[in-house]
Amino acid sequence: MDINKDLMAASSTPLVLAILAEGDSYGYAILKRVKDLSGGHIEWTDGMLYPVLHRLERLGHVEARWEVPESGRRRKYYQVTAQGKAQLADEHRQWQAVDATLRGVWHAIAAAAQPTASLSPQGA
Amino acid sequence: MAPNPVESSSLEEQIGQWRNFLRRRQAIHTVDIAELEDHLREQVAGLVEGGLASDEAFLIAVKRMGSLDALSREFAREHSERLWKQLVMPPPESGAADSARRSDAVVAFGCAIAAGLAVKLPELFGLNPDANASFYFRNVPFFVLPLVTGYFAWKRRIGRASILWLTIVFVAAAVLVNFYSFTPKGSTEMLAAVHLPIALLLVTGVAYAGSRWREVAGRMDFIRFAGELFIYYVLIALGGGVLTAFLTMIFKTIGIDAEPFVQGWLPSCVAGSVLVAAWLVEAKQSVIENMAPVLTRLFTPLFAAVLVTFLGAMLWTGGGVNIERNMLMAFDGLLLMVLALLVYSISARDSGTPAGPFDAVQLVLLVSALLADAVALWAIAARISEWGFTPNRVAVLGVNLILLVNLAWSTVLYLRFVRQRGVFATLERWQTDYLPVYAAWAAIVVVVFPPLFGFA
Repeated sequence: MDINKDLMAASSTPLVLAILAEGDSYGYAILKRVKDLSGGHIEWTDGMLYPVLHRLERLGHVEARWEVPESGRRRKYYQVTAQGKAQLADEHRQWQAVDATLRGVWHAIAAAAQPTASLSPQGA
Repeated sequence: MAPNPVESSSLEEQIGQWRNFLRRRQAIHTVDIAELEDHLREQVAGLVEGGLASDEAFLIAVKRMGSLDALSREFAREHSERLWKQLVMPPPESGAADSARRSDAVVAFGCAIAAGLAVKLPELFGLNPDANASFYFRNVPFFVLPLVTGYFAWKRRIGRASILWLTIVFVAAAVLVNFYSFTPKGSTEMLAAVHLPIALLLVTGVAYAGSRWREVAGRMDFIRFAGELFIYYVLIALGGGVLTAFLTMIFKTIGIDAEPFVQGWLPSCVAGSVLVAAWLVEAKQSVIENMAPVLTRLFTPLFAAVLVTFLGAMLWTGGGVNIERNMLMAFDGLLLMVLALLVYSISARDSGTPAGPFDAVQLVLLVSALLADAVALWAIAARISEWGFTPNRVAVLGVNLILLVNLAWSTVLYLRFVRQRGVFATLERWQTDYLPVYAAWAAIVVVVFPPLFGFA
């Protein structure tokens, strides 16, 4: 299943913020987590994550720092800020609202489809 | 599994190559490349652990990273300011380059202040600018050019012998123009004052190019520098004009007349800003595109059109040119302009590119300028014996001949290039080899003319 581009772009902010809310992380690990969480359905082009992280950093939602882990290579870690957490909560509400609306509609369609199928012989 | 040493060295090579590709993207900075590289390495390590050979792993990791174009587009969207090359606040680089840049700026601004004070120096010896206008007029280059030369001598770490030689030239020139017994307000004095900066500018060029003065590339760099210096100087002068206008206006509102202050310090600012402009040109040369070639591209077709129309109109009216005393001066200006257009389009050209439509326009410009000048010279040659040889006329005629020779031979070389009988590099070499001719002629006007014409 391919998820379309707009939906990917829209979901990238809450997804990254939520993963960082679990704990500080870096690019590669964030991508891995996204893949695991989505069961492989969401797979970003690796490089594209970084502009997203930089945008969140510019907006003040995350903070970055360079660290040298035991592997010896410099690595850029990201940490969610208080403002980022507030943003995440806000996004959470928005997504819930979208989700609830869509759920309602899916139910309505399903409900409308079933009765018509069973009722039509009666009405005839 | 221990990594195979041969494999891992080739992996390093591949990663190095990939890094170089990224470096060429303007929107992706060094720190971002480090971040992406860390990602790539981890990806490769993960894939190798899964059983792939390192080169396969590298290919897959690069592919997953996304195409370079898409990646740099995304970075550019996020960091749009990076597409505007920043000069004054460059991206953070390593500490050594940063401190070198700072000391460069400090020396340049120190020289600028020194130039500003040098303008004020003669007043200490009782030489008032109003009463001794001719002294200041003759000595204009000495307030600025020694400091520009000094700045580049410092910057290029020029050897002692060269510094000694440059000093001797400046001192000799200063002694000469100040101890010649010029007739007050005479034309030889005026000519010397006008030609001295030209001669000394090329001496400055020796300091600018440093050890590369004998090479075509070194001289070409100086030509580029001079063009950019002029443009930056004009821009700074415009800004300075706006600043002084505001300064006088707002101080007038509180009843303070700033005019005397502005008048007193304006010459110092004019001198100092040459140094600032020189520093800017140096600092930005690899950061911002040269402006002179851009202007050249814009104006070459326009000048060509004007000249062709002029020639056509001259033929149409059939009356020939109206000979006045200042006419040849106007044609000197025209040739100088055409030469500048030619030289600055050469300066920006990759000598490997084949001839294109712009070269045809350039040729039209050259040929029409030569024709126009030939007509003017013909007209004036008939009258010059009648008028007699004054220093002014000889100087103007000399400049015209020097420029004419340059442009005529340039046209020949250009024609050969367009007809694929020659290479562009010969044209480049001709222009850079010709530089000392201007200096020599200017030196002759300064040194030989006054005694030759009895200091008239």
